[in-house]
Amino acid sequence: MAQGKRKDSNRADGRRQWLRAALTLPYFWLLLFFLAPFAIILKISVADPVVALPPFTPLIDWAAQGWERIHVTLDNFLFLFQDRYYAVIYLNSIKLAAISTLLCLLLGYPMAYFIARQPARWRNLLLLGIILPFWISFLLRVYAWIGLLNTHGVINTTLLWLGLIDQPVQLIYNDFAVYLGIVYSYLPFMILPLYANLEKLDLDLQDAAADLGARRWQVFVDVTLPLSMPGVIAGSLLVFIPAIGEFIIPALLGGSDTLMIGRALWDEFFINRDWPVASAVSVVLLLILVVPMMWFQKIQGGREEGVL
Amino acid sequence: MTHDHAHQAPWQDDKARPMVRLNGLGKRFGETVAVDGVNLDIYPGELFSILGGSGSGKTTLLRMLAGFEQPTAGSIEIDGVDMTLVPPYERPVNMMFQSYALFPHMTVEQNAGYGLRKDRVPAAEIRERVATILDKVKMGRLAKRKPSALSGGERQRVALARALVKQPKLLLLDEPLAALDKKLRQHTQFELMNLQDELGVTFIVVTHDQEEAMTLSTRIAVMNDGRLEQVGTPGEVYEYPVNRFVANFVGNVNLLEARVLEVDGGMLWLDCPDLGGRLATPAGEAPAPNADDTRWIALRPEKILISKEAPAGDNRMALRGIVHDLGYFGNLSVYRVELPTGRILQVSAQNRVRTARKTVEWDDEVFLSWDIGSAIVLED
Repeated sequence: MAQGKRKDSNRADGRRQWLRAALTLPYFWLLLFFLAPFAIILKISVADPVVALPPFTPLIDWAAQGWERIHVTLDNFLFLFQDRYYAVIYLNSIKLAAISTLLCLLLGYPMAYFIARQPARWRNLLLLGIILPFWISFLLRVYAWIGLLNTHGVINTTLLWLGLIDQPVQLIYNDFAVYLGIVYSYLPFMILPLYANLEKLDLDLQDAAADLGARRWQVFVDVTLPLSMPGVIAGSLLVFIPAIGEFIIPALLGGSDTLMIGRALWDEFFINRDWPVASAVSVVLLLILVVPMMWFQKIQGGREEGVL
Repeated sequence: MTHDHAHQAPWQDDKARPMVRLNGLGKRFGETVAVDGVNLDIYPGELFSILGGSGSGKTTLLRMLAGFEQPTAGSIEIDGVDMTLVPPYERPVNMMFQSYALFPHMTVEQNAGYGLRKDRVPAAEIRERVATILDKVKMGRLAKRKPSALSGGERQRVALARALVKQPKLLLLDEPLAALDKKLRQHTQFELMNLQDELGVTFIVVTHDQEEAMTLSTRIAVMNDGRLEQVGTPGEVYEYPVNRFVANFVGNVNLLEARVLEVDGGMLWLDCPDLGGRLATPAGEAPAPNADDTRWIALRPEKILISKEAPAGDNRMALRGIVHDLGYFGNLSVYRVELPTGRILQVSAQNRVRTARKTVEWDDEVFLSWDIGSAIVLED
């Protein structure tokens, strides 16, 4: 008996070690490919721009003496706060991402709910429909929208032919097209976590609420929505975070007045060749994103402790 | 059938007004008929059980009473008012779910008060009524807990409190004890009966557990294939089953096929090949069968007396057999006795005498006998 137990615990120990190794590997992967590039960006953001190759001063100046050897400056960050242009692009990006997230939520929640309530054999087919667009390159899909929204594009041509409009409507190169592109591209990221959550919802809870006197909208507000909050938050973060730094969609579908961080970054890196300021822009963007992430983590942790 | 009742039961009183009246109630899901033409009256203060296996339609019937499913035929009347198409939130009915369906994001107190909040009862009154009902189910102490921090028995009490706090005319209970372990189940069973007695609310319990239905109920409806096979008191259903399904479903039974020989002076004579001979039973009130009709004999294991000596007494059927198998349960023993025809009969006997030695052993030759009135003749 005792021997058998020891053997079992040995096996469990072995399994645990294997598990630890399996978990350590992705950890190092993340360390290597996320933290290392971030460290490089952070290093550049505290350097001065120079006309050279690379176009910034080194962190450690071997030629200099004493304090001068470690070269750190916060000028780039101060510059971001002094120039109103950056405040505008940050706020504009946050606004654009927030509205897109809300639109995705309003569209995605009913869709996820509908799919989760279908018979099992339909669910997979409908989910396949949601992830089908991923089989085509993101860039191609955004280009396809240009073909649709253009002044001489499919939509305008059709409307003209139907006689609904006299002259082409400006559908592209404005904020409308950017919202359309972002909502279209990121909707699956909202639907999938919401679906995963709503699919697990115990239908007896909805019946119980109705039985106790709740009308259909009250059942939703009192039971369905609060219990699906983890899905709402996960989906919103999955849309908000990539949307805020989105470059391709505003670049291809937005107008010249669509100011977003992604574009500002491109301009700083490749047009102004001011790598330190561009890096500072990235670091601030990361801070803007990390704060809501930590808040989400805290809520999730609290939920688990608080028995959900 | 003769039954003595100190008071006349409401279902025997023509003038009694039913709390629930089901009129030809039916429900189809596409091609499948879940509930088929159910007619049933349930009276105020009853603890009524709907007993059936899975797929018998008992849960669908309950869900129609709650208003979660709409009938495809017939009507539902509750306390004299037609409720067939009334949505669940407007019915004077509450339900306790098999899963309990407690809201996981609300405390015990908030769960119990939910129904009253939806009815816009003043906050002070809600607090008072919730406190009273939680005390009644002995959950007042844990009012601030979330359901996940409760044991199965505690959750069951909260679910019960939540359903009772609105003082419904009718409480529906879906397998109320199924999720509890055996000891707790027996205890809770009696608590449920006391609570029902105290509050006077009409209870309708759906269960697959015949023992549970027998102990709890004023009356039982045995359901099979969407139809009611029999409605009666536990005693009626057990001692006077109307067909093989009911006899088999409620308790253990030996079922024997027999051919009618003759009806003679109140006695029915049958030929039963399984028993290897003729069998007599009182003819009863049922219309007399014709000769050569097939009938089924139901014989409860505890009605058969097992003995090593030839039994004495009038009006007894007696057979010989060999003990094929025996099971000792402490309070009783169950024997499987093989007759000369090869047929095995199940017999059970109380272990009245305190002894560690078995009086009847494997392979013993024994006599089986029963009072001729104990055999039930079934048409189907």
